[in-house]
Amino acid sequence: MTDTAAPEIPVLMTGLAINQALDIAMTIDPKVIMLGEDIAEPSGGVYKVTKGLSTKHGAHRVRKTPISEQAIVGAAIGAAIAGYRPIAEIMIMDFLAVCLDQVSNHAGKIRYMSGGQTTVPMVIRTSAGAGRGFGAQHSEMLEAWAVHTPGIKVVVPSTPADAKGLLLSSIFDDDPVLFVEQMMLYWNPAVAGPVPPGDVRIPLGVADVKREGSDVTIVSYGRQVHDCLAVAAKLADEGVSCEVVDLRTLVPLDEATVLASVAKTKRAVIVHEAVQVCGFGAELSSRIHEELFGELAGPVRRVGGANTPVPYASNLEADFIPQQADIEAAVRRTLG
Amino acid sequence: MADPVAGADRPDAPDRDTLLAMFEIQSRIKSCDERFRSMLTSGQIQLIYYSPRGQECISAGWGVHLRPDDQVVTIYRGLHDHLAKGVPLRELWAEFLGRATGTCKGKGGPMHITHPESGLMVTTGIVGAGIPIATGFGLAAQLDGSDRVCVVNFGDGASNIGAFHEGLNLAAVWNLPVVFVCQNNLYGEHTPYRMVTGVDHISDRAAGYGMAGVTVDGNDPVATWKVMGEAIARARAGEGPTLVEARTYRFWGHLMGDAMEYMDKDERKAAMAADPVLRYREWLLANGHATEEQLAEVEQTVLAAIDDAVEFAMNSPYPDASELYTDVYATVPGGAQS
Repeated sequence: MTDTAAPEIPVLMTGLAINQALDIAMTIDPKVIMLGEDIAEPSGGVYKVTKGLSTKHGAHRVRKTPISEQAIVGAAIGAAIAGYRPIAEIMIMDFLAVCLDQVSNHAGKIRYMSGGQTTVPMVIRTSAGAGRGFGAQHSEMLEAWAVHTPGIKVVVPSTPADAKGLLLSSIFDDDPVLFVEQMMLYWNPAVAGPVPPGDVRIPLGVADVKREGSDVTIVSYGRQVHDCLAVAAKLADEGVSCEVVDLRTLVPLDEATVLASVAKTKRAVIVHEAVQVCGFGAELSSRIHEELFGELAGPVRRVGGANTPVPYASNLEADFIPQQADIEAAVRRTLG
Repeated sequence: MADPVAGADRPDAPDRDTLLAMFEIQSRIKSCDERFRSMLTSGQIQLIYYSPRGQECISAGWGVHLRPDDQVVTIYRGLHDHLAKGVPLRELWAEFLGRATGTCKGKGGPMHITHPESGLMVTTGIVGAGIPIATGFGLAAQLDGSDRVCVVNFGDGASNIGAFHEGLNLAAVWNLPVVFVCQNNLYGEHTPYRMVTGVDHISDRAAGYGMAGVTVDGNDPVATWKVMGEAIARARAGEGPTLVEARTYRFWGHLMGDAMEYMDKDERKAAMAADPVLRYREWLLANGHATEEQLAEVEQTVLAAIDDAVEFAMNSPYPDASELYTDVYATVPGGAQS
């Protein structure tokens, strides 16, 4: 990677791309610190995403904490108000439930309650998502909770390059950011991708059209973007042209890109892993209908997780998660 | 319990300037509270109000030890703490009344007073939630290599919520410069703390975290001053956190309008008869630490400042309607909606 003669952009897995972003942020700004369970050496995080960072930047900056999520987020909030840029790691997204007071009532509201006097520039990194047989309490996608809490920004990357660029922007953003990392992406070589070296940031609030098309818009974020692209590739063989919009950040939301795409295709399918009921797709679908009702060729459809806890048995877990077949069926239904 | 009146002079008392500074803070709290209650009762103002009356000596006890750069976190019953840390009266009153000139532009209110200029960093309406946040202020001070400290205030009720446990443990294992001040006013909301707390002294819990713990009569200004001074000095010297339990009593129940049926009438009568602010005043006079003229002058100055603050607040405008949508985020990218 340090070989400057190499002309090609290195291909990395998501876990390493995130590690790079953390390393770069800690290198360029001494105010960046990390707090979380098991994040320091020798473990380097339960998913090895923080590997090597405490050795390089010191255990005083990469701080291993007790299993105390309220204390992790609370301490990050205090340090953030006092001028640091803490990155708090909540090992698994379901554990947000035990520190939601700090996230919602404090991180999200302190700037507003203080009339803008104090601000909370921190990131909560959390691993999330089903697919690994972890059962109901280690598999959820809960991003809608945070979207429903004004004051918190919400980022869900799909590719290694996005993960790195968006994480760097999140760390140097002056607001609290919930940064959702899907476990299934971390070390999956199938979704490895080119990651520009160095401090290359991707701004929050800018969606990415991952594939252009004209017949239907598929809007997604996170891991399911890859499924949407696979479905789009398959349908292209039949002459169906799908545009795939990757939101990348839910707050702030690049509504303009979504509306421009749907105004063009007249059809939209929204895909996410989170439980469909009251998921982000419900909000986005409503916004599309409100803005483009007269122009739509049919109703906006949603594809989301089943309205159940995430089951353990592998067949049931697969049924819970939206699959490519579900996305394909929704697209076909939309096309009529 | 030591009685500053009965015991004549106290060899452990601080110097005269400190004694008077504590009296000034106490007077400011007492008079502010009396004005809020009289204006509420007469219908001149309407707001949710948690009286700190009876708890003045505790805030004054740490207030005189703190430097401007030290930081304080408190809770919804926080008026005494705000004043002890030096939040200016005008902006404080304006915020309580929801005016644009308030500390938080009228957007926080009494339960969320913030004034970083004074070091009053967070006021939370969630029981116990300030404790973990205070560890973050302590961590920042430690990483900065600064000897500033954070004093976090909470009630006896907060000692039974999970955030207390997590925050105290973290402060102990990281040796953070935080002083945990449990203002034990004997009631958590409408329930006597003895009914819901398994230890006689909340400070006993400090041992479970491997930190120093001490219980003090929070109505004894001299004893409280001494204990707070030791705890703050310990934190400043990098010797770690302390849990201070300051025993006190809240005169006016949980919040204004509380019928106080759950409080023992005789107990309350006795507590009010032993008003710590009045007792301290008598003690200062009886032992020649101040003259009647000096104390009266302090009180008059305080009252005049409150008159000014009330007038300022009452004549201040409400926030502009556009303020509803400001300060939610520090940055919102152009073109993108939140």
